[in-house]
Amino acid sequence: MAIKVVKPGLSTTVQDLGRPGYYHIGIPISGAMDRLALRAANLLVGNPENAAVLEASFLGPELEFTEDATVAVTGAELPARVDGVERATWTSFAVKQGQTLSFAFLKAGARAYIAISGGIDVPLALGSRSTYTLGALGGFKGRKLEAGDELPLGAGAGAPEGRTIPRALRRGPGSPAVLRMMPGLYWHRITEAAGKHFFTDTWKVAPEADRIGYRFRGGKPLEFVPREPPFGAGSDPSNIVDACYPYGSVQVPSGAEPIVLHRDAVSGGGYFMIGTVISADLDLIGQLQPHAPAAFTAVTMEQALAARHERQKRLAEIRAAL
Amino acid sequence: MASRYSYGGDEHIFVECDEEMSLEAFFKSLSITKAVREAQIAGVTEICPANASFQIKFDPDVIKPDDLLAELKTIEAQTGAGMAHLSTRIIEIPVLYNDPWTHETLMRFRDRHQAPDKTDIEYTAAINHLDGVEGFVKAHSGAPWFVSMVGFVAGLPFLYQMVERKRQIQSPKYLRPRTDTPKLTVGHGGCFGAIYSVRGAGGYQMFGITPMPIYDPNQQIKYLREFMCLFNPGDIVKWRPIERAEYDQIVADVETGKFTPNMAKVDFSLDAFHADIDAANAKLTGALHGH
Repeated sequence: MAIKVVKPGLSTTVQDLGRPGYYHIGIPISGAMDRLALRAANLLVGNPENAAVLEASFLGPELEFTEDATVAVTGAELPARVDGVERATWTSFAVKQGQTLSFAFLKAGARAYIAISGGIDVPLALGSRSTYTLGALGGFKGRKLEAGDELPLGAGAGAPEGRTIPRALRRGPGSPAVLRMMPGLYWHRITEAAGKHFFTDTWKVAPEADRIGYRFRGGKPLEFVPREPPFGAGSDPSNIVDACYPYGSVQVPSGAEPIVLHRDAVSGGGYFMIGTVISADLDLIGQLQPHAPAAFTAVTMEQALAARHERQKRLAEIRAAL
Repeated sequence: MASRYSYGGDEHIFVECDEEMSLEAFFKSLSITKAVREAQIAGVTEICPANASFQIKFDPDVIKPDDLLAELKTIEAQTGAGMAHLSTRIIEIPVLYNDPWTHETLMRFRDRHQAPDKTDIEYTAAINHLDGVEGFVKAHSGAPWFVSMVGFVAGLPFLYQMVERKRQIQSPKYLRPRTDTPKLTVGHGGCFGAIYSVRGAGGYQMFGITPMPIYDPNQQIKYLREFMCLFNPGDIVKWRPIERAEYDQIVADVETGKFTPNMAKVDFSLDAFHADIDAANAKLTGALHGH
């Protein structure tokens, strides 16, 4: 069983829920940028929630099926077509042997999750099928898909078509996207005034936004509290002695443009961080297009944990709905 | 020095052992993270030592953030000033300094450099008052280096030179990062050395290249079959300058599975090191030659 890649799309990779446990040697967790959408897609086609799917950024691939399968597309509003006939997103549909799955232009969001019954059966690498392209690890040959690739599929359970996730349970970013952040880490390096306008300024996603991190621009530069550079840190006021970077951490090189690290994060480096976007909001970042407006808002640990539980509740409701 | 604790969102605790880099701060990070690993705390998912800090990733559904924070502080108190001894290994890394590949790359990005009319080695030699390229190579390869952190990208070692602070090589990063760095480039930024495990962007000064792969996601290379990354924090590295002929030979030997890295088990004592740095280093590097 296999699917043939006719056109790869812009950047389509194999992803599951990731590869924890190797961050201490620089291998990030990887996996779907929008975890909730990946789980939903797998549930729709009857796969385990952690099965490997295709994550397509901005532009969908064109895939030829050599076997019958059930498919679901979640996450971004990327309308699917089977032999040219449109299929609803967030809903399972059948693709017959010999048919071609393609996509119309993106309507909303940034990343679509294409789950196929049986899951993409590439070999496990350090316990995961996720692609970490920077390290050429996992996924299909450690890279994004190319025309001519043939992806093996696992044995499918043959889930019924027409299963759907109610609109109220689908989650996407608003406009502007509001990203909740816990201030901390090296927050003390910026002035009180800078700390205030960071949260009141409106930012825009910069073109440099990928699986490693999302860069934002448009806000005022951050002013630093003066200091004598510590030995080994470097002379720029935004430098620190190279340290580990949390997932979701917000670094601001030279105080200019914040970068939020995501699933393929560089694990460490020499730039100070002013806080961390909470785990519940990382999915949303994965659905932001370049130039999308965004604002950061400060939250406490209690609020972060409440948001985490809210997200878990939504997942439980998705499971219950199917 | 009192450690500074901070939450990194709802899933990380970040601990800065010291603002500035020192062997003491590094050993503190190494000893606390070792103790945390041994404590096997339920809910802790990643333990990442860094140069002068460390980070713990956890699942707040399993352990309350405040409980983990308290437990880490207790472990820090019990660990005290940190361990003074380390059983580790020393690994010899052959380096072709001033190689054609980093040279081609640095020439392409001269407009992003502090001294466009000099190479990275010439510039770093000058600002560290070393006697040209030759003096630089001698200083760079003369004493061993600690792997004080592994990361940025898969398997990339950060290296801290084992000499007194006044003898440590320091250099700024490029004014603007390059978009390209050859794989296995030996680089330097701030007080840290590095080996680029994969090709990609970078801001460190480029001094040379090693023929010895340090990361192999396919695990085909003989000495990386057991695990795809060579380095762990706490390893010790000794550079060995080589010429082009030997570089080519090692590349060929890696390809045919004939190359075995020169490494040896060693014991490091912080007290003995501070008592006589050159003697301690001579003993460490002697282990590479069967002493």
